[in-house]
Amino acid sequence: MGSSILELVHINNYVMLAAILFAIGVMGVMFRRNTIIIFMCIELMLNAVNLLLVAFSTMHSDPGGQVMVFFIMAVAAAEVAVGLAILVMIYRNVKSVDIDILNKLKW
Amino acid sequence: MSKIAFFVLAFLSIFSAMMVVFSRKPVHSVLSLIFCFFTIAGHYILLNAQFLAAVHVIVYAGAIMVLFLFVIMLLNLNAESEPHKTSAGKIAAVVSGGLLLLVLVSVLKSTDGLHLSSAPDSQVGMVKNLGMVLYDKYMLPFEVSALLFLTAMIGATMIGKKELD
Amino acid sequence: MTNLIWLIPILPLLGFLINGIGNKNVPRSVSGWIASLSVLGSFIISIGAFGTLMADPNVVIQADYFEWLSAGSFTLDFGFLVDRLSIVMLLFITGVGFLIHVYSIGYMHEEEDYARYFAYLNLFVFFMLLLVLGSSYVLMFVGWEGVGLCSYLLIGFWFKNNAYNDAAKKAFIMNRIGDLGFLLGMFLIFQTFGSLEYDTVFAGARQMTFDQPVLTAITLLLFVGAIGKSAQIPLYTWLPDAMAGPTPVSALIHAATMVTAGIYMVVRSNVLYVMAPFSSEVVAYVGLLTALMAGLIGLKQNDIKKVLAYSTVSQLGFMFVALGVGAYTTALFHVVTHAFFKALLFLCAGSVIHAMGGEQDVRKMGGLKKALPVTHLTFLIGTLAIAGAPPFAGFFSKDEILAGAWTHSYLIFGILAISAILTAVYMFRLYYLTFHGEFRGSKHQQEHLHESPISMTIPLMVLAGLSTVGGFLGMPEIFHMPHFLNNFLEPVTGWADLYAHGHASHTFEYTLIGSSLVLLIVIIYFVYNKYVKDAHVPKADHLVTGFQNVLANKFYVDEFYNTFITKPLNVLSSFSYNWIEKGFIDRIVNSFGYLTNGASGVLRLVQSGHIGLYIIAMVIAVILMFVFKMII
Repeated sequence: MGSSILELVHINNYVMLAAILFAIGVMGVMFRRNTIIIFMCIELMLNAVNLLLVAFSTMHSDPGGQVMVFFIMAVAAAEVAVGLAILVMIYRNVKSVDIDILNKLKW
Repeated sequence: MSKIAFFVLAFLSIFSAMMVVFSRKPVHSVLSLIFCFFTIAGHYILLNAQFLAAVHVIVYAGAIMVLFLFVIMLLNLNAESEPHKTSAGKIAAVVSGGLLLLVLVSVLKSTDGLHLSSAPDSQVGMVKNLGMVLYDKYMLPFEVSALLFLTAMIGATMIGKKELD
Repeated sequence: MTNLIWLIPILPLLGFLINGIGNKNVPRSVSGWIASLSVLGSFIISIGAFGTLMADPNVVIQADYFEWLSAGSFTLDFGFLVDRLSIVMLLFITGVGFLIHVYSIGYMHEEEDYARYFAYLNLFVFFMLLLVLGSSYVLMFVGWEGVGLCSYLLIGFWFKNNAYNDAAKKAFIMNRIGDLGFLLGMFLIFQTFGSLEYDTVFAGARQMTFDQPVLTAITLLLFVGAIGKSAQIPLYTWLPDAMAGPTPVSALIHAATMVTAGIYMVVRSNVLYVMAPFSSEVVAYVGLLTALMAGLIGLKQNDIKKVLAYSTVSQLGFMFVALGVGAYTTALFHVVTHAFFKALLFLCAGSVIHAMGGEQDVRKMGGLKKALPVTHLTFLIGTLAIAGAPPFAGFFSKDEILAGAWTHSYLIFGILAISAILTAVYMFRLYYLTFHGEFRGSKHQQEHLHESPISMTIPLMVLAGLSTVGGFLGMPEIFHMPHFLNNFLEPVTGWADLYAHGHASHTFEYTLIGSSLVLLIVIIYFVYNKYVKDAHVPKADHLVTGFQNVLANKFYVDEFYNTFITKPLNVLSSFSYNWIEKGFIDRIVNSFGYLTNGASGVLRLVQSGHIGLYIIAMVIAVILMFVFKMII
């Protein structure tokens, strides 16, 4: 490829896109009661940040940002594996994935 | 050309992300999310991060989303059993989410120092270049992440297995 | 022998450690002998040191072991000083102490906590020796406090009885009052002389002129310490109560040794007291008043040990009179003879109590002469000695004090003579009530009357012997014999003797001896008539009236202290407790607690457990943070 996308599209567009995706993720977390969907929204938020990191990495020609995304993916994969295992366990015990049932988190 | 591609992809990303939140069936949410991830992979390609785009598709769309799908099907969740918030709660969620967006945008708007100083190096996101950095400067975190996976594997197994009575 | 001085206190300390740490693991048959032999060892070393000192009047054994305290320019060595004064104290502490240890083996043989008792006793001897041996006021103070502690422990030895614990606390607290005076005196000494070593202080004092206010203050403060320790007015009330402890303890601590620490301290500081005539006068009058008052109280006490306790207080008063009139060697002479006959009397009383199965009231005794022949005889010797019958020990020392008082002031002499007569009266009253007449106890007690075992009677006999011949340590001038003690102590008190008043005339001494003899015979005759011939038995407590009642109630001093010191203090402390502590400070502290509690009670409602709410709250907080950032 000849010229970079960033010479055509201003970096601010990427920033906006990431912010919108992040806000949608946050809203989703608050909006839904299904724990699995909430989980997916968290993944969405992670990806919004990833996108921004890659955009800045390209902008500064610095591979560090992309390496960081790489690690975030690794952590996300591990997190999802453990998180879903916990979810399955919860479902096994209370026969539900409704987050409002899990209201023992007090005192 | 690239500019049009960006805006189309951006629109698709946002639309699919909304679908994740608002679709009634969990399976639809998952499928929307997979689609969303593909559009993000498209963004990566546009940003000259081909390797990362490939990894992204493999890890997210290939591994993580399969896990989600698998769990949803395992738990036999469907639209009928899907719990929903009260409308007040939904409004509160939308309002606070919108507020957050508003604030984020306004904060980011106020920082207008973001200008391209020089033409970006198109080779940064290539496998060769990234591999050099990863196996040199980030050697230790890379190895530690292997340990993290091991731990996650053991943890998931421990949590997921049935109680031994 | 001089190199072994450090062993003198260490041996009893070892005994304490063995008995104290081993406690019930030490076999009963062994622990008493460990304790006794450790004191015997100290006694033998003391005799060796005595030999060294005898040879040459200028010899003083001074041994500094290590630098003990160091603060700024102030340094203090941990050192022992054995001069002719301390050797006299050492000899009779370890000697009488050893006899009482042996006696205890028999007396305490039924006791559960055998080893603990001997551990305390050894610890006491250790501290007493430290007190006497120390070469500075600080070390003396350490011993001073230590013996106070042991006294407390031993009075409250039977700690399951609350009244005994109260007596122990009383003794301890009264001593603390005195100790405060001692401590202040020490501070003042340090400020004045820049040191607390005896040598430096006395050398400095010799350079001063008479009647310096600072010296008067020092000596008065030190005397406050002596008042507490040696049970003088107004702090004497602890001593009669201290009789709650085992009888050998009363003999050792509360008659022979610890209570004489005050006398030792004044004799040791004789240079200071000579330089402060006003303080000496105070010492004399306090002693005089104590001697008279305790003698009067002693007349109407019916508890065998209480009588002896008041007699001790009275005799200590005699010693302080001697100190006050400048007759330092005489005071020490009386300390030594008193140690002999008062230890003897207490041990006899112990033997009687032992035989009576714990009964201490003389109204329930009588006629014990036949059942307890050895105790009877030795008690009689002790009584004669304390009453001042020649040639027993008390005769010489008491006459010497009276003679000293005569040269000083006729008033002091007169009152002191009355006190001496009182001594004879209450002692013979006690003697006749206990050993003569009909037995007044229960049938059961009568059947079980028995003479004490040999380990108890041998110390009695030894002490009786010492009470008989002890007086020859200081023969009056008129017998043309050398006054051994005076000559021996000359290096210590010689300087003070320069300022002493003239000697009493020979005619006076003859008159004194003659009249005291006649008086004694008259007293014995009257007391014998009243208590043996007429078989008079003191009335029950509630039947006593008039002045006798005042005496029987000890001049109501305890009640006086109770009303005017203890109760106001209690009121004050309960005010502080109820109003200041509980009403004010506690409320402030508690209100913080209530506030936190209430606030958290409200805040707790936020913790509903609904994760959705938490997330919304979190998001709103993040929004607010951004908004805040923007505004700033």
